[in-house]
Amino acid sequence: MPEALRDVYGESLRRYGLANDRVVVLDADLATSTKSVLFGKACPDRFFDVGIAEANMVSMAAGFAACGYIPFVNTFATFIASIGAVSAKCLIGYSHLNVRLMGGNNGLTGGYDGATHHCLDDINVMRGIPGMLVTSPCDPVQMDWLVQTLIDDYRGPAYVSISRMGAGPVYKAGERFTLGKAKRVCAGADATVFACGLSVPRALEAVDRLRQEGLSIALWDMFTLKPLDEEAVRDAARETGAIVAVEEHSVLGGLGTAVAEVLAESGLAVPFRRVGIRDRYTESGSYPQLVEAFGLGVDAIADAVRQTVARKKGARG
Amino acid sequence: MSLTKDRVMELETLCRRFRTDTIALLHRLQTGHAGGSLSVCEILTVLYMECANISVDNRCAPDRDRVVLSKGHAAPMLYRCLSEKGFFPLEELETLRQPGSRLQGHPSMGKTPGVELSTGPLGLGLSAGVGMACANRLQGNGACVFVVLGDGELDEGTVWEAAMAAAKFRCDRLIAIVDWNKVQLDGMTRDVMPMGDLRGKWSTFGWNVLECDGHDIAQLYDAIQTAKGLADGKPCVILANTVKGKGVSFMENTNLYHGKAIDDDEFSRAMLELEGAENA
Ligand SMILES: Cc1ncc(C[n+]2csc(CCOP(=O)(O)OP(=O)(O)O)c2C)c(N)n1
Ligand SMILES: [Mg+2]
Repeated sequence: MPEALRDVYGESLRRYGLANDRVVVLDADLATSTKSVLFGKACPDRFFDVGIAEANMVSMAAGFAACGYIPFVNTFATFIASIGAVSAKCLIGYSHLNVRLMGGNNGLTGGYDGATHHCLDDINVMRGIPGMLVTSPCDPVQMDWLVQTLIDDYRGPAYVSISRMGAGPVYKAGERFTLGKAKRVCAGADATVFACGLSVPRALEAVDRLRQEGLSIALWDMFTLKPLDEEAVRDAARETGAIVAVEEHSVLGGLGTAVAEVLAESGLAVPFRRVGIRDRYTESGSYPQLVEAFGLGVDAIADAVRQTVARKKGARG
Repeated sequence: MSLTKDRVMELETLCRRFRTDTIALLHRLQTGHAGGSLSVCEILTVLYMECANISVDNRCAPDRDRVVLSKGHAAPMLYRCLSEKGFFPLEELETLRQPGSRLQGHPSMGKTPGVELSTGPLGLGLSAGVGMACANRLQGNGACVFVVLGDGELDEGTVWEAAMAAAKFRCDRLIAIVDWNKVQLDGMTRDVMPMGDLRGKWSTFGWNVLECDGHDIAQLYDAIQTAKGLADGKPCVILANTVKGKGVSFMENTNLYHGKAIDDDEFSRAMLELEGAENA
């Protein structure tokens, strides 16, 4: 069983949070689920469970940040990006406060709980807030690096979309990343896939499968959704001539939208395809069932890539 | 008029059945919220079987009573009650939380017959209830709106925004029932977010406040009928003292079985107690 990203997150937050006494951690009665409870147990003085009161929690975090602390705010992504949105926008983003908004159970990882607990719009909401760093890690190594970076290096507001599940791993221990720079997972010449979160390991499987069919596909991990690595998008379009964006999010306003914006404004009219949820409500089911049912699985990604490559001018067949 | 002794016994028997069925179902499916379903069992049973004017026949009537399960995670017990009322076949419960099912993990009003409001995110139901109560009055009907809330759910500020609105708009056909089980997701409410004087809070917000044992059918019935009879311009809240996980000793008064899958060993131990109670 791959390690669940929420468990990695909880452990990293405990480790790095303990070492920096400016870190405070807030949760809204989901600490046992988001895993912020690990920090809470280790450091009760700097842990604040506010009960089921997300609006209060996110604004409290703004207050902590105004006094020089680095608050980590935890609840499900769907609640932070909705109930927490006004504080994220008007308190935290507007004043560029040092708050870390940690959205758990992202995408479909709320599984059986159904549509009200899935989150397909957090990236869209957070991308719209000026100055907000927007990220979604794809594996344990990256998750751990990100928590450390958000404590030690980054200044300003940040949103992290966190999976309840695990997959991969994609990276070897000790791998380094740069905020705002896409990470190349593998090289290829026929098309480029951009992905984020758990779509990265699924896309990697698809790319491996396509290689056996003779297709050479590049895969880039777009773990920073904002600021987006626009250069990586333009280079990929020029070098491989076909782009597919894969995300466990609505196709409206997420990674696919962001990549499309860059392509369109750069006049790079290459074949392009978004793989994501097509503007509809989801439903209850196990996570693997939902990934398949909503067209985000390895087969669906491979199909999308094949079709996009086939649309290239002068493509064989 | 209180319920007859015989009717109380019938409903008690029904509640034991509902508990057994629900735990067996959640064990088979390995998903679903046990603790909050067990604690709300009598509240929903008395509402659906006795106090609320709701049936398959009047399900579209504008003047039907409405039940809103604001603590939507207790959907398994809601669905058990709705199937007993004939809104869908008992066997359909097997599809709970499965892809394509009408029975979503949290109640979905477009999908499930008998569900009056989609819920899941806590803190929304009472506001919707105020809207329904105002709408009923505008249309000149005297239907009741019952909103069932969790006690942890009361942490949400919107609950108190709705409470003020209900008082301002004189929603005396609005009845809130709090499943006051003293436990939420992360632990006991007194540790996660102490409520202070809950009776006093509701009453200073302009509500009539009743209190009862939320597992005692006769008491619940009397409280709800009293609330329905109070036509004094004030909304009414019933603080129903309950036990999270009621009926399965190791699930009682703890957050451990809030949403965790029930394993085989837990299931056999639970069934011994639940079936023992049924056959007693
Ligand atoms: C807005 C919102 N925040 C968080 C949750 C996650 N959640 C589901 S149930 C629950 C605890 C509910 O406690 P309580 O209201 O006391 O219900 P009960 O004890 O009856 O199960 C939480 C925090 C949610 N569903 N909605
Ligand atoms: Mg409770």
